[in-house]
Amino acid sequence: MTTSTVAVRKPVAWRRVALHLGCLAALLVMLYPLAWLLATSLKPADEVIASLDLLPGSLEWSNYTTALDGVNDVSVWQLLGNSLFIAGGAVVGNVLSCSLAAYAFARLRFRFRGPLFAFMIATIMLPHHAVLIPQYIIFNQLGMVNTYWPLILPKFLATEAFFVFLIVQFMRGLPRELEEAARIDGCGPFRSFFLVILPLTRPALITTAIFTFIWTWNDFFTQLIYLFSPEKFTLTLALRSFVDASSQSAFGPMFAMSVIALLPIVLFFLAFQRFLVEGMANSGIKG
Amino acid sequence: MTTTEIPAAARTGKPSTPPKRPGKRQREGAAWVFLSPWVLGAAVLTLLPMAVSLYLSFTDYDLFNPPQWVGLRNYTQMFTEDPRYWRSVVATLTYVVIAVPLQLGLALVVALALKSMRRGKGFYRSAFYAPSLLGASMSIALVWRAIFNDGGTVDNLLGTGGWVNKPGWALFTVALLTVWQFGAPMVIFLAGLQQIPTELYEAAAVDGASRWRQFLSITVPMLSPVIFFNLVLQTIQAFQVFTPAFAVSAGKGGPADSTLFYTLYLYDRGFVASHMGYASAMAWTLLLVIGAVTAVLFRTSRSWVFYASEGDR
Repeated sequence: MTTSTVAVRKPVAWRRVALHLGCLAALLVMLYPLAWLLATSLKPADEVIASLDLLPGSLEWSNYTTALDGVNDVSVWQLLGNSLFIAGGAVVGNVLSCSLAAYAFARLRFRFRGPLFAFMIATIMLPHHAVLIPQYIIFNQLGMVNTYWPLILPKFLATEAFFVFLIVQFMRGLPRELEEAARIDGCGPFRSFFLVILPLTRPALITTAIFTFIWTWNDFFTQLIYLFSPEKFTLTLALRSFVDASSQSAFGPMFAMSVIALLPIVLFFLAFQRFLVEGMANSGIKG
Repeated sequence: MTTTEIPAAARTGKPSTPPKRPGKRQREGAAWVFLSPWVLGAAVLTLLPMAVSLYLSFTDYDLFNPPQWVGLRNYTQMFTEDPRYWRSVVATLTYVVIAVPLQLGLALVVALALKSMRRGKGFYRSAFYAPSLLGASMSIALVWRAIFNDGGTVDNLLGTGGWVNKPGWALFTVALLTVWQFGAPMVIFLAGLQQIPTELYEAAAVDGASRWRQFLSITVPMLSPVIFFNLVLQTIQAFQVFTPAFAVSAGKGGPADSTLFYTLYLYDRGFVASHMGYASAMAWTLLLVIGAVTAVLFRTSRSWVFYASEGDR
């Protein structure tokens, strides 16, 4: 056995080097747009388009000061606060409502559990647009258009079935004996949920929280239809103002603001990448 | 350890009857309490809107005046009198057919490359995954437009004159943005690959099977449930793409409607032109098409998706 491994070691080592080189080359190409974004946010107006160089000739920090002034007389801090408020509300809503529903589906018995679970799974595939217009009409009737309610309230009603499914998958992996022990100790379903199951589900809840944050932060469509007062805009919506007017003098500030808008996601990614990557990997496999 | 044997009743001060199992009805009641937010959401924000949207699709509705019943007129107009509708259908289908296979193919190739790696696997996995999170943002969509624009990097390198402005190419730039986000399916592929028992490969190697043979006879069948999962998920998502097309075409779907994706046109009809009935008809047609495509994928999956581990749970 050892002789055969020695015999094949050389080509394998070569393959490995080639593999790493290939992956690094692919990464360089893939990360180029991000490097370009960072570089352009620091370029003076005349260099933005004309020059092929990635590195700016001189650093133009004024792009960022211009960006901080914001759009339509609304400062970036306000836009950032709005974005954070919506994403924060969505995180709390999704973690709470999705874990409650998931516990029922994963652990409790009730009538119609099978059909309801099938329906829940089916709503993962349901295109958002099929419910979009009536939802808009409902929120319009309630006087909630141009408020944050339509962006946050649905998250408290577990409408993102993907996360219910994710938490169900995780909870099914926990040993049943835990709840049986809790029940013998006198815990009803509520106490065993909050005291036993929920703490153990933490990895799935963290995954849900991070994905909800990033997806809500990136979401453009819903914000586009529900918000129209500039002071209620999120960073994403404010960037939209640059979509129509693409004059080159606004290029630097536009990309400076793009960097600011990406920063929270990048920070989240760096802090939680293990949860993100593994959460994504686990979403489809186990079960 | 033994402390847990003190009955909870003793701690809570209730009379120490033997712990009784909660009745069936009581437990069922608890389940519905847990489910209540979801039930409310499913009823009020999913089922009711689906029904209302079906109803509205047979009406003229501008959000201010009461809906006017027009029968099938929205549908006939869509299918027979609206060339922009068909351009949006063609753009979307072209995009789905280009972007999804390229994205999944790349995801599989990279996952296979990373699978056998001993060092740096974690690093590459995270690095390739990063665009999947950033790419959905308006920020990156704007970068994309600039890079592929007239005078952008790609123009400078390849002399394309700006793909974003060319009807035949604009859609391709949006597809490239989707392909760029291959990290999410790649991570799922990688997790699936790691669950294939290595003994299978060892046995095949002993039998003298080539790497290609092993790939076809072991990897593909063992990975087929994961391939199927990724295929369904990415296809459904691709049908609904919006942000990059909006950014690349300044919300208009141009040039020459080449990036007028279905959802962009739906937004335009419903929220810009205030034809909510027409947009609802479009929404229901999309729902039916996605349902049909998913059903076809499920039907064909019977012949190529192989579930090996049914008994091993």
